[in-house]
Amino acid sequence: MSKPRTIIDKIWEAHVISELPGAPALIYIDLHLVHEVTSPQAFAGLRQRGLKVRRPDLTFGTVDHSTPTMNPRTLPIPDAIAAAQVAQLEANCEEFGIPYLGYQSGRQGIVHVVGPEQGLTQPGMTVVCGDSHTATHGAFGALAFGIGTSQVEHVLATQCLLQQKSRTCRVDVNGRLQPGVTAKDIILGLIATVGVGGGTGCVLEYTGETIRALDMEERMTVCNMSIEAGARAGLISPDDVTYQYLNGRPHAPQGAEWDRALEVWKQLATDEGALYDAHVSLDAGKLEPMVTFGTNPGMGIGVTAPLPDPAERSEPAERESLAKALKYMDLAPGQPLLGKKIDVVFIGSCTNSRLSDLRSAAAIFRGRKVHPNVRALVVPGSRQVKRDAEAEGLDRIFIDAGAEWREAGCSMCIAMNGDELEPGQYCVSTSNRNFEGRQGKGGRTLLASPLTAAAAAVTGVVTDVRTLL
Amino acid sequence: MNKFTTLESRLVPMPIDNIDTDQIIPARFLKTTTKEGLDRQLFYDWRYEADGTPKPDFILNQERVRGAEVLLAGGNFGCGSSREHAPWALTQFGFRAVISTSFADIFRQNALKNSLLPIIVPADVHARLFEAVETDPDFRVKVDLAEQKLSLPDGTETGFPVDGFARHCLLEGVDELGYILQQEDAIAAFEARRVGSINTLAPR
Repeated sequence: MSKPRTIIDKIWEAHVISELPGAPALIYIDLHLVHEVTSPQAFAGLRQRGLKVRRPDLTFGTVDHSTPTMNPRTLPIPDAIAAAQVAQLEANCEEFGIPYLGYQSGRQGIVHVVGPEQGLTQPGMTVVCGDSHTATHGAFGALAFGIGTSQVEHVLATQCLLQQKSRTCRVDVNGRLQPGVTAKDIILGLIATVGVGGGTGCVLEYTGETIRALDMEERMTVCNMSIEAGARAGLISPDDVTYQYLNGRPHAPQGAEWDRALEVWKQLATDEGALYDAHVSLDAGKLEPMVTFGTNPGMGIGVTAPLPDPAERSEPAERESLAKALKYMDLAPGQPLLGKKIDVVFIGSCTNSRLSDLRSAAAIFRGRKVHPNVRALVVPGSRQVKRDAEAEGLDRIFIDAGAEWREAGCSMCIAMNGDELEPGQYCVSTSNRNFEGRQGKGGRTLLASPLTAAAAAVTGVVTDVRTLL
Repeated sequence: MNKFTTLESRLVPMPIDNIDTDQIIPARFLKTTTKEGLDRQLFYDWRYEADGTPKPDFILNQERVRGAEVLLAGGNFGCGSSREHAPWALTQFGFRAVISTSFADIFRQNALKNSLLPIIVPADVHARLFEAVETDPDFRVKVDLAEQKLSLPDGTETGFPVDGFARHCLLEGVDELGYILQQEDAIAAFEARRVGSINTLAPR
């Protein structure tokens, strides 16, 4: 019998083209997603060398990062530099024959929302994009990771990358989630445990009964933030939940092709007894709704816990970075975060902008009003999500509560599209990064789930959502 | 790609862990479609007041580090976003190497493709370097990539790991894309035996 293998090993081995002495493995890429921010210099590189895009049929472009989200979206984009960047992607896709979902397509959106939604992301694939949250696609049992612009150029030109195989790490999540505790809380809880460098050099495989019980959108939320633990990628072995989500999507196989694909996909899951390089476990049954208080995603606590005290940390660098973070956030050690006044709530981003995220936020907004001191933005991840949400009346719930219902894009997760915090403002955000200035220069981000974010929107303070359920 | 063989330089100390790429270059500067002019935006929000005047406390604004080519940073340098604008900004400013105890994966790969050498040192050496630069701002290190060696003025030497292929590319100025393009036959053979399951050009 052959040696038991992890899904990570299986995908890797199926994609190695060559391993020449003295060089990393050359691996084949099945799907390359392209957006406006990290691609223009790569296309310029192709032009300089007189190269074509090798496989436009495995490449796909949409616009999200510098894309404004005012609803309705007025064109041209008011920011001339952003407009030029979007126009550049349109021109590049046209010139190189790459399919492109622009504003007119009705299917534009955040690249990590659109790929899965269109059925492009499938089990066993290698998926890359010039964006660190490419790990999202790992929810389908794909090996998906972010790359820089030089590598975007390599993939455009050759459909290949030179890569060292990463270490493998099993993240075993067990226990029944308490009411009010979500996939976002699992991943924030994990990152708070292992730290923002804890996964460096690793591909994570999420396993365990809690993960199995998650739907696809929840799995995407978990895999999405693998990079915030420093991991190269994070994935989940596919199962019936995965296949059911994929079946019937525009790019999913159909008929006999579907049956053949399913047979292949069913061989992908990690074999019993396969070995990993590392192992972490998390008791999800003990998790509270999580919220971050600091300036990296590892600085998270249960919503009822007091803020940590740097004086209690023995390691000097850790003490200093914690003190620096609390200073930036203007928060006092030992104090509760509960009841802290906030200014803005952002519900959106590639982490939490899918239909189920909007439904869970709407459950809190329904019959309540956004607190008068709060600006609340609800930003669907794609035009498709927007249409679906509107079809079931979620937009009315948000608008009636006094929240802004916006167009699809990255919005206030990255603050390069007109949606941004003012200096000093506090924002409870469903996005993935609370770095200094991430949501606008001087802005202060508290990362949380859509439920916790919606709870803060209606109360005006950091709130334990369990009191509103 | 520019070759990297050796360098001798003073250090720019930045004793902060987990410096993320949003600090190295904030996202609002990523609307550019070229690689030019990013040096001014390096560490922008740490470097400048809201009105654009330099913050005198910030290390890059201090005369004593002018011309230094090596950044000495806290652990897990370059975490977060995959933006290659980070190494572009660092190299345009004049940095040729960064010393830390660890680097985020994507940043490390991006740096190597831009002739910016990520040098990983053990925690004790890392601490010693910060102390040395504190007591003597003119403290210099020598980096020898071929020997994978960092030398201190007191004669002590520390080895550092570099992937063999990346080392070869840096020493010889090898262009990675050119190298991959030479494997055309292997790529074509792989494609011929591989049945793809998607065609982005033709949704069903």
